[in-house]
Amino acid sequence: MKILVPVKRVLDYNVKPRVKSDGTGVDLANVKMSMNPFDEIGVEEAIRLKEKGVATEIVAVSVGPAKAQETLRTALAMGADRAILVQTDDAVEPLAIAKILKAIADAEQPGLVILGKQAIDDDNNQTGQMLAALTGWAQGTFASAVAVDGDSVNVTREVDGGLETVKLKLPAIVTTDLRLNEPRYASLPNIMKAKSKPLDTKTPADYGVDTAPRVKVVKVSEPPVRSAGVKVADVDELVAKLKALGVHS
Amino acid sequence: MKTLVWVEHDGSAVKDATLAVVTAASKLGEVHLLVAGEGVDAVAKEAAQIAGVGKVHVADNAAFGHNLPENVAPLIADLMGSHDAFLAPATTTGKNIAPRVAALLDVMQISEILSVEGEKSFTRPIYAGNAIATVESSDAKLVLTVRGTAFDKAATSGGSGTIEAVTAGGDAGTSSFVGAEIAKQDRPELTSAKIIVSGGRALGSSEKYEEVIVPLADKLGAALGASRAAVDAGYVPNDYQVGQTGKIVAPQVYFAIGISGAIQHLAGMKDSKTIVAINKDEDAPIFQVADFGLVADLFSAVPELTGKI
Repeated sequence: MKILVPVKRVLDYNVKPRVKSDGTGVDLANVKMSMNPFDEIGVEEAIRLKEKGVATEIVAVSVGPAKAQETLRTALAMGADRAILVQTDDAVEPLAIAKILKAIADAEQPGLVILGKQAIDDDNNQTGQMLAALTGWAQGTFASAVAVDGDSVNVTREVDGGLETVKLKLPAIVTTDLRLNEPRYASLPNIMKAKSKPLDTKTPADYGVDTAPRVKVVKVSEPPVRSAGVKVADVDELVAKLKALGVHS
Repeated sequence: MKTLVWVEHDGSAVKDATLAVVTAASKLGEVHLLVAGEGVDAVAKEAAQIAGVGKVHVADNAAFGHNLPENVAPLIADLMGSHDAFLAPATTTGKNIAPRVAALLDVMQISEILSVEGEKSFTRPIYAGNAIATVESSDAKLVLTVRGTAFDKAATSGGSGTIEAVTAGGDAGTSSFVGAEIAKQDRPELTSAKIIVSGGRALGSSEKYEEVIVPLADKLGAALGASRAAVDAGYVPNDYQVGQTGKIVAPQVYFAIGISGAIQHLAGMKDSKTIVAINKDEDAPIFQVADFGLVADLFSAVPELTGKI
């Protein structure tokens, strides 16, 4: 079967975001951007399914600016077969992304779509579930294990309190959690090879999707700053501070 | 505005996370609840007692037994014909269901709201809590998930909701529940605990976690937490993880022991009332947010602390 892996270009997770002084957003000029870490896990899982003979082709998709090509090339270097860039300079909300992905899924007919559980920039945690709603397919969110078995897939999910396993009819949507796998690094020869793999460029209009935002960002501000604390000299002083707070055994 | 709140429950009792959502919903208007599941009479009765609750919709059907979103989302979408806003807790259950509802209604969800600023205006954290966005919806109906630590819990008594059975919906036939492994804990639940003792990578092993962290937590009646590094290293199960991708907590006192304080961890605990850090690296970022910091070797300092409080 074919696997579709949507990937997003985001601010690198090691970079501390800086809020712009005019309150319009986070400063993304001249900062390192990378593939969303949960999406790397999604690409890795798709490749492992191909290595097991479950998947036949992996198609990476990204919706974003021209530079999102770099993110797709990373996916191709890891092992994806081809890529589709849906190019737009506008910020696209999860609902519109899900609609674009629905149109791509209609055209490509994948057996599985593997997304990250959330993007670390907007922290929405919505796109996979929305795509599942629009396609009418089952969803296995926050996956820590994925086992395809004939015409269904068993997904072990990380839930509050532990793990649960659900059985989903294929085609289905899976969103990845951190512990699903350890993504591989692309080797230099594979990075070179990725440059010649096919990458189609489309626009949201090609799929008939209106990307006008439904939610307006009125302002973005710094979170409240904690007042500086004190360093205590030893355990006795810490015990005294805790007792003053009312923390007793 | 008429709101519909998803009641998270374990089949026999309403979970705490629901109470904060009721408070958020009451800021928007009339509060209705939805109790879905199999054999949920007791839960519905308990839900009807929550202060400020109007109607309690009860959908009793085997198809809703394990909160499968394929079955539950269409039920909610149907009920949204007569409600203006749907609110769910930002727990794994709420996050799984709410966006599916939003897409069925063709509206954008607003995730993990921290405050209600107006009828359609809310604040929410982005970039692992490093920025707070004020957003305004232009959709006809609202779908929101609510960060539990940001709202007070509604009182569990004093309400007089009327219980009404819902017959809509059933099994979509695309998914089924296979099984669950729920970690057994005799301690307070992480997200509602007053005190949390968390350990990090510096502990070095699960044995040391048991030996150093657990006795302090036991003595304080605290919940146990951990950084992602400690979870990934296998010292403790996944559901102990505090952070951007784990649980978001805001206890009265948070002990960060052997935790450096990466931004992803801080995102999960920096709203705690008091933060206590014990770390031998005096430059660890955790000390920038800690109210009380002790620069010391945790293997000697923590047992000493346990002995003295």
